[in-house]
Amino acid sequence: MADTAVLSAQTPAVEGKARPGASALSARLEALDLPQGGFTAAARRDAAERLASMGLPGARDEYWRYTDPAPFNAPRPEPLSVPARDASLFSDIDRLTLVFVDGVFDAAASDDLSAEGLQIESLAAADRGADHWAVGLYGTLEAAGQVPVKRPFAVLNTLAARDGLLIRVTGPVSRPLHVLYRRQDAAADVVLHHVVKLEPGAELTLLETGGIGARSNTMLEVDLAAGARFHHISSKRADDAKLGIGHIFARVGEGALFKSFALSVNGRMMRNEGVIEIAGDDAVAHIAAAVLGDGDEGAFHHDDTVFITHAAERCESRQVFKKVLKNGAHGIFQGKILVKPGAQKTDGYQISQGLLLDEGSQFLAKPELEIYADDVKCSHGSTTGALDETAMFYLRSRGVPREQAIVLLVLSFLADALAEIENDELRDAILVRLDEWLTTRAKG
Amino acid sequence: MSVETGEAIEVREGVDRETVETVQNMGSYKYGWDTEIEMDYAPKGINEDIVRLISEKNAEPEWMLEWRLAAFRRWQTMVEPKWAMLNYPVIDYQDQYYYARPKSMAVKPKSLDEVDPKLLATYEKLGIPLKEQMILAGIEGAEGAPAEGRKVAVDAVFDSVSVGTTFKDELAKAGVIFCSISEAIREHPELVKKYLGSVVPQSDNFFATLNSAVFSDGSFVYVPPGTRCPMELSTYFRINAENTGQFERTLIIADKGAYVSYLEGCTAPKRDVAQLHAAVVEIVILEDAEVKYSTVQNWFPGDEEGKGGIYNFVTKRADCREARAKVMWTQVETGSAITWKYPSCILRGEESQGEFYSIAIANNMQQADTGTKMIHLGKNTRSRIVSKGISAGKAQNTYRGLVSMHPRATNSRNYTQCDSLLIGDQCGAHTVPYIEVKNTSSRVEHEATTSKVDDDQLFYCRARGIDEEAAVALVVNGFCREVLQALPMEFAMEAQSLVAISLEGSVG
Repeated sequence: MADTAVLSAQTPAVEGKARPGASALSARLEALDLPQGGFTAAARRDAAERLASMGLPGARDEYWRYTDPAPFNAPRPEPLSVPARDASLFSDIDRLTLVFVDGVFDAAASDDLSAEGLQIESLAAADRGADHWAVGLYGTLEAAGQVPVKRPFAVLNTLAARDGLLIRVTGPVSRPLHVLYRRQDAAADVVLHHVVKLEPGAELTLLETGGIGARSNTMLEVDLAAGARFHHISSKRADDAKLGIGHIFARVGEGALFKSFALSVNGRMMRNEGVIEIAGDDAVAHIAAAVLGDGDEGAFHHDDTVFITHAAERCESRQVFKKVLKNGAHGIFQGKILVKPGAQKTDGYQISQGLLLDEGSQFLAKPELEIYADDVKCSHGSTTGALDETAMFYLRSRGVPREQAIVLLVLSFLADALAEIENDELRDAILVRLDEWLTTRAKG
Repeated sequence: MSVETGEAIEVREGVDRETVETVQNMGSYKYGWDTEIEMDYAPKGINEDIVRLISEKNAEPEWMLEWRLAAFRRWQTMVEPKWAMLNYPVIDYQDQYYYARPKSMAVKPKSLDEVDPKLLATYEKLGIPLKEQMILAGIEGAEGAPAEGRKVAVDAVFDSVSVGTTFKDELAKAGVIFCSISEAIREHPELVKKYLGSVVPQSDNFFATLNSAVFSDGSFVYVPPGTRCPMELSTYFRINAENTGQFERTLIIADKGAYVSYLEGCTAPKRDVAQLHAAVVEIVILEDAEVKYSTVQNWFPGDEEGKGGIYNFVTKRADCREARAKVMWTQVETGSAITWKYPSCILRGEESQGEFYSIAIANNMQQADTGTKMIHLGKNTRSRIVSKGISAGKAQNTYRGLVSMHPRATNSRNYTQCDSLLIGDQCGAHTVPYIEVKNTSSRVEHEATTSKVDDDQLFYCRARGIDEEAAVALVVNGFCREVLQALPMEFAMEAQSLVAISLEGSVG
């Protein structure tokens, strides 16, 4: 009967970890150098009030059932050695580069920001003034995304962000915008807040790579007007993502397109929260991730938590999450599709898959549907298992060495997620990197 | 349970026609009448004295009273769970009767002949004859129906007490114990002591703990090693009294190599005030044994405005304690204003198997939050979940489930399919699965879909002269087929008609 304790509750709960109290929150806030803010001052004051009332999350919170929030609650991160600089994943691609060092915008290292159809400022610089086009956006989408689930670290971000980018796009931008993060300070606790606004018909591709800080809390608020098209690709490697929580809060207008893809190769503890509201009819929102986790380099824990709200008619959403896990790695997926009353002709799809390469790794999933309209097509699927032995046998019997066969099967497992990247050049760059990484690993 | 639809349908040309006819022939909730009968009530409310009184009424030994009191003390420290997607007014636990017994049952009748004819008539009217007679299997000509009648032993529970149990002697010859749990506590204390609370501990959850304190009756089954229970066993629960909660407890033990199929049915009168029902079912399955547990839950669902109805908070769990144990839960949930129910399987023994087949129908203002938990602890364990949720009117229907593969449950397998069907744009269908895989060699697959009744299918039926309501019933029956097929024959018949009745008025 040793297991009755585990089985006893109707819904299993994480035992023994109480919610951090008000003192933990004030310790957390004291460690941050909270900015007053210029045009963001009101949003920051509002965030301070909201955070005080919701508090920091605890391990017993349903929303944190698979990821312990303690490292994000701690006042300071553990120092982290600074890696040698490595060529960026997108170095061969014609792009505009914007550089952040330890969470501070480095104008000297960045490209000229006066590209056509593009208006970019750093938050730190713009926030000295009291007025700005982003005044109605900063913290607004974040605040709207707090229902029905509280997301205290997003509120903390609005309250404490010292820098970020304010990007306004009025037309199509041909070159991708590449935000490159660099780390120099081993103790940097970085809070970054980007606001992206695409005017009607505008188009932008945003790339993010590199290590942000010893600990990072990032926010991307994206507002897409009618017919706008936004592509987002982020890539995190072992040295980049030791401890981070990333947020995307997006509002997708009529006929607009939102696409986000994240690649994570190792790291330590990552939580990505995507909160997307499809607000206009005929809009499309896709969010995808490919994750390769090897617990060999220290505990690997990767949590994707997605909430897509359909609030308009004839919209399409897709969530595609693939996680390859080995050496005790933990992969988490919590995804939800909410179809509001009246959001007829919704087409919602969600797939989460875990590929466990050895014993000891875990894939934990909570794929949810909440539907209040009848003329909809919503489905979700989730599978977890080992490599397909039949496929392996097929490859081996045709003379493919086992290591190479694993690489092939892993790549084919990830293919659906990679297919979410529309741009061939960008997808190929990621594929090449993945293939290299897997092949080196297989040999090692 | 036999089907008593008033007039027998002679020929069955197929399930769907039968359903269609049933829809046409029947009213909405046909079990909504009540029996006027003199009752003894315990005072309203819950406290230690009430717990003592229930124990005393059942002439229980001291250890049982202590067990109840421990549960009651624990319950007072607990809070009602709020995580389900259910919305109902605050329940005043002091504004309920926890014990109601027909006066005629003050001295327990020695045989069915001594039972108050009014009680017997109640069950007769429900289609549950408390006579030791052959019960004709459903409707003649049905697929797979045995040529001769089948025997089904019945334990009839009326409000807080068991009225009687049929075929006890014949079952005893086979070594099978089938009686009310109050009787088992007195007659078979060693079995009850050993197994009661071993699957659903007293402190399990708010409602199970409340049940542990105040359960008044229920059924007890013990099937000895190597025995195939010679007939199907069933319990029929009837709530009759007003403002009275029913708290029954069922304990089923299938010893090594045993087999039993168990059916449960429930109904209640139409009343304006909601009534509480908090049951616990525990099943212990030992090596190579198999238990099939089928439920047709047809408590009064409340009226169209959501007035009245049963609040159904049920904890059901089967423990496949030893190797190759097997359990199959099948449920057809059509009644209750509120359903909170997660029949679960603990797959502890190696190669043990759990199956869960469910149809949950919510119409009008009904709310259902139901599903299952498959907890794989042993190697090579297998589970299968097929859940069909149907929402109509202004109802909310949620599938909530857990599939957990523990690290040592290697080479295990789960397949889950949850489909939801929405009829109308005022209702909701939700899916909340938890999937936790902690070893590599196991395989878990989960699929869920949500859709509406297919326009093409409706058009096809309509073009052939079938009216819209009947056409919807047809499509819905097809949607539910996988689950209906898992039910024992008599239940499948009743379930099919229920599916149609529950949806009546939801179209157009």
